[in-house]
Amino acid sequence: MEQSKKHTISLNVSNKPGVLTRIALVFARRGFNIDSLVVSQGLTPEFSRMTIEATGSDKTLHLMLTQLNRLVDVIHAVDHAADDVIQRELALFKVNCTPDKRTEILQISDTFRGQTIDIGDDTITVQITGNSSKVDAFSKMMAPYGISELVRTGKVLMSRGSEATA
Amino acid sequence: MPANMKTSAEVMLDVLYENGVRHVFGIPGGNSIPIYDALTNHPLNLILTRHEQGAVHMADGYARASGKPGVVCVTSGPGATNTLTGILTAMMDSVPIIVITGQAVTPNIGLDAFQEADILGMSFPAVKHSYMITDPQDAGRIVREALHIATSGRPGPVLIDVPKDISAALIDPSVEKKRNLPGFGDIPTASEESLEEAAALMKRATRPVIMAGHGVILSNAAEELTALAEKMAIPVTTTLLGKGSFPDTHELCLGMPGMHGTAYANKALSGSDLIICIGGRWDDRITGIPEKFCPHARKIHFDIDPVEIGKIIPVECAVLGDAKASLTKLLPMLEAGDTSRWLKQIDRWKHDYPLKYRKEGKLRAQHIIEELADMAGTEAIATTDVGQHQMWAAHFVKSTKGCNWITSGGAGTMGFGLPSAIGAQLARPEATVFSIVGDGSFQMTLCELATAAVNNLPIKVLIINNRYLGMVRQWQHLFFEDRLTGVDLEGNPDFVKLASAYGIKGFRVKRSSDVRKTLKAAMDWNKGPCLIEAVVERHDNVFPMVPAGATLDEMIIEAPRRKKSVEED
Repeated sequence: MEQSKKHTISLNVSNKPGVLTRIALVFARRGFNIDSLVVSQGLTPEFSRMTIEATGSDKTLHLMLTQLNRLVDVIHAVDHAADDVIQRELALFKVNCTPDKRTEILQISDTFRGQTIDIGDDTITVQITGNSSKVDAFSKMMAPYGISELVRTGKVLMSRGSEATA
Repeated sequence: MPANMKTSAEVMLDVLYENGVRHVFGIPGGNSIPIYDALTNHPLNLILTRHEQGAVHMADGYARASGKPGVVCVTSGPGATNTLTGILTAMMDSVPIIVITGQAVTPNIGLDAFQEADILGMSFPAVKHSYMITDPQDAGRIVREALHIATSGRPGPVLIDVPKDISAALIDPSVEKKRNLPGFGDIPTASEESLEEAAALMKRATRPVIMAGHGVILSNAAEELTALAEKMAIPVTTTLLGKGSFPDTHELCLGMPGMHGTAYANKALSGSDLIICIGGRWDDRITGIPEKFCPHARKIHFDIDPVEIGKIIPVECAVLGDAKASLTKLLPMLEAGDTSRWLKQIDRWKHDYPLKYRKEGKLRAQHIIEELADMAGTEAIATTDVGQHQMWAAHFVKSTKGCNWITSGGAGTMGFGLPSAIGAQLARPEATVFSIVGDGSFQMTLCELATAAVNNLPIKVLIINNRYLGMVRQWQHLFFEDRLTGVDLEGNPDFVKLASAYGIKGFRVKRSSDVRKTLKAAMDWNKGPCLIEAVVERHDNVFPMVPAGATLDEMIIEAPRRKKSVEED
């Protein structure tokens, strides 16, 4: 069994109904589980930008990328595993928080440059932005208090400097 | 109707006609009536089929025989879903077809309307591309794009779903929209380095083999392939779909490789130091377990589709691009190596392990297949169904042109033979067309006998009747201790009477001594189609055979003398 690795694939695709299904089918057929998925209109309305995190083997990944690129609606599909790119993710944490724990949690949140979005009698909701490992780390810090809800947007990426994101 | 307006259905048909399409295969229904209405006085010729699967196989046979796209027009719901088997068949074998399906009116889509099926969604994994027309003004553009996609690069099927209100809508045909395919169109061309590397590998090789696939036929590269083989003195094995890309009659031809390949093709591959695959995809029926496939041979792969490179077998050298263009560039770069000892070895294998069968006693399928193919000649078109008869046909039909051999390889679709022969005959009216079918396969699409009869097509249908699903019986016999389950076709009709019910001439042959006489009568029959039922030995098996999971050099060359002895061997 080949080892599975997490990959981040960015795709530039036609902005049409059904495109996401065609792409998701290629992932499913190659046995890749989609871990996160971000789709939105790109700079122009004809195209969408997708960023997909998925887990699977390197060999299968290569085959899958050629299969994705073969789709008529895919302008290109590229894996960014080895590239130095800007990566961001946004997450909302709803943490169990009685008034006596507030200062503690806010201090930790500050360290992560979190924004407090909502405070209630028993909960506090914090927004964290950054790369995925930062979100993971914050999640670990909050676990002892009890995270009652967590929503992550999934990763978006862009290449650095004047280089266009593939 | 304003003088300059047309329905979008008419515009679609006009675009097809302008692009050389002459026949449309299909059967109408409620949601495709506007398209059929547009066909009423249109120069496009409608071939009314009896089932939608038949229509797609006809378009497929038409495309393979002519090199031009085949077009299907059916209705929504079950009409559309009935095309899926044919679409898969065309996809697996890279055949350019366009399938136009009717659809419920736009406001009803997604509401479980009568005869509504999400055929667009169902099509995704089985097509090269698919469309739903949502703006009638796009109809012409989409048909143009579909034709371009279906026929460019590696060909394949394209589906166009057309809601009834869209096909009936009036549009101004003079408003032409441009093709808009930003994600499609780059056909790779072979790099100098890859060609130099290929030339160097070929020069060094002492035991090279060329494995030619469907890509050679699709790119019309038969001449270049022959030039390559002759210049370098390299023997050529042709895959099931590549049959005819190199003449079966050529002294360098090894026939088919793989599970039911010739012993000499498989021995050549196993013993080679270089395999040059041109337009083939290392199918599992050839390579078996990829890690064990000819590990000592280097491999070169010519292909137009980057997906195929390294998909199954890792290769030392990949030449991306159209086979004809790549070979044309490669030929002047080549220096012949010395393959004389290798060719002598191959001649010995050909001499020692020929394909053979008995012409006396009980009638053998191979006998009547070979006789029919010989009588029809190398200019004739052969189509087949799927199973034992298909493998025997691959062994004994001599093809000298790729477009004369039409079979369902990748999908292995039973029921392909008769309708694809109808399509092939319509594509090339002057050619002799014969279809070799099994009694099992034939019954999956036999309703198309009506289509053949109505159109007075002089097809010769040879039914190899062993009253079994023979290939499955062979596996159950050899590998499941002869536990025969679900393979006895008890209840087969009287095929000669069946033909007669369709107004078709039928012949029956039971003895090997009658083969020639009966076939002669069938060949001379010139009043429309005829059917020949060959009642053959029931328990014959196809050999050579490479058992599943074994390597090519572990093939069983001849039938074991004792029954059920294969596993003990």
